[in-house]
Amino acid sequence: MQLEVDITGKHFENAAGERHHVLAGIKFSLPAGEVGVFVGPSGCGKSTVLKILTGLDHDYQGKVSRPATARLGMVFQEPRLLPWRSVEDNIRLAAPHIDEKRFSELFSVLELTEHRSHFPGELSLGLARRVALARAFAIEPDFLVLDEPLASLDDALAAHLREQIATLVESRVMITLLVTHNLDDAVYLGDRLFLLSARPARILQEVPIPTPRAGRSAAEINHIKADLVRRRLAKI
Amino acid sequence: MVRLLSFLLFLATWWIAALLIGDVKLPAPPAVLAVMLREAASGALFINLGVTLARVALSFTLAMALGAAIGYLMGRVKLADRIGDPWLILLLNLPALVVIVLAYIWAGLTEVAAIAAIAVNKLPTAVVTLREGARALDRSLDEMASVFAIPRGRAFRHVILPQLSPYIAAAARSGLSLVWKIVLVAEYLGRPNGVGFEIGVAFQLFDIPLLLAYSLTFAAVVLVIETVLVQPFEVRSSRWRPRAA
Repeated sequence: MQLEVDITGKHFENAAGERHHVLAGIKFSLPAGEVGVFVGPSGCGKSTVLKILTGLDHDYQGKVSRPATARLGMVFQEPRLLPWRSVEDNIRLAAPHIDEKRFSELFSVLELTEHRSHFPGELSLGLARRVALARAFAIEPDFLVLDEPLASLDDALAAHLREQIATLVESRVMITLLVTHNLDDAVYLGDRLFLLSARPARILQEVPIPTPRAGRSAAEINHIKADLVRRRLAKI
Repeated sequence: MVRLLSFLLFLATWWIAALLIGDVKLPAPPAVLAVMLREAASGALFINLGVTLARVALSFTLAMALGAAIGYLMGRVKLADRIGDPWLILLLNLPALVVIVLAYIWAGLTEVAAIAAIAVNKLPTAVVTLREGARALDRSLDEMASVFAIPRGRAFRHVILPQLSPYIAAAARSGLSLVWKIVLVAEYLGRPNGVGFEIGVAFQLFDIPLLLAYSLTFAAVVLVIETVLVQPFEVRSSRWRPRAA
């Protein structure tokens, strides 16, 4: 099972009728069991790529093939929870078949157990993000998309949530795609990094990280980061 | 408690006004109450009220169901909006009297004509309100439902409907008050029973106690229905919202 992407172009027209060229060349493949990471400047078109990959946008040139039966789970940049349903109901709506055992396991990993019956309006952003994560994992996805899941959280919280994501990602073989502009997150969580250019976005470089996630020392992470920064500068 | 005070204030104002104006034009509360009891004892009050309420219920349900469906469609589909918009403007601005008179001319002085005419009067406001509701739907939640492959029916019930419910409540509230007003006109002009018919009779006989007896009973029923049915629905549909201070 793997994701094959070859997007050759994507344009859109804004409200003023101007035509924008958003994506130029996005070609990669990502096997199940690996975490692919899109790293790129904000506004470069990462979210547009995600919309295409998740089937929300069909208006592009090129080809995307993902396994036809793959269950899709996604964590959006904003949590996108239903404010009128409790945390539990939000998750059960997306994953009606989840059993109680798995449900409570997931909630204890994400430390959400005591928030089960709360409404999203009563949660902080960090908590709402975790609920969105729980929802994406609850459906036991074959293809998981994480769109800036750690953005606008404070450092300590982000680091904590990053570990929780790592734990969950390890627990299941699936195609995982993470979008971030944070190099720390990219190197900590990713197996294969795709460096994107500014608009119109194309993949500048594909950087595999051979060491398994659990075995990456702080020194190695720093080393990879420094290397990435150098590569990026070299490209510019 | 405050409500009771407010009611007593109404009674007091009425009584004083009756004393000032005189019994012929404005009978005092006991006189009207006596007529109310007489009409209730003969059963006429209940029959007429029942008939009127049945008309209200039928035309209200018809207009809400059709109006919500059309409004939702117009809010979601641009072409439907373009086609429907001129009709909507026409219907919105057509006086109720015109609709009722034309309905009676075309369909005869029948129950169907009356109920259809009342429904047509209420329909456009429901359409406009629901169209706004459908336009205000959160696209990002639609995307979420689509990514998670939530079946259409479930998505409509759990994602769309809760977003529309304040609009449905608003349409019901304004629509109901419109129907209360129009139903009496329709009865007055072409039905042999109902509160509107009785008020017409009272008008022709200059029987003011009878007129007030029916009007006030009707107002009381409206008040009860608003408090018991409409307001709890509004509260229920918005209970997840943070409470206003």
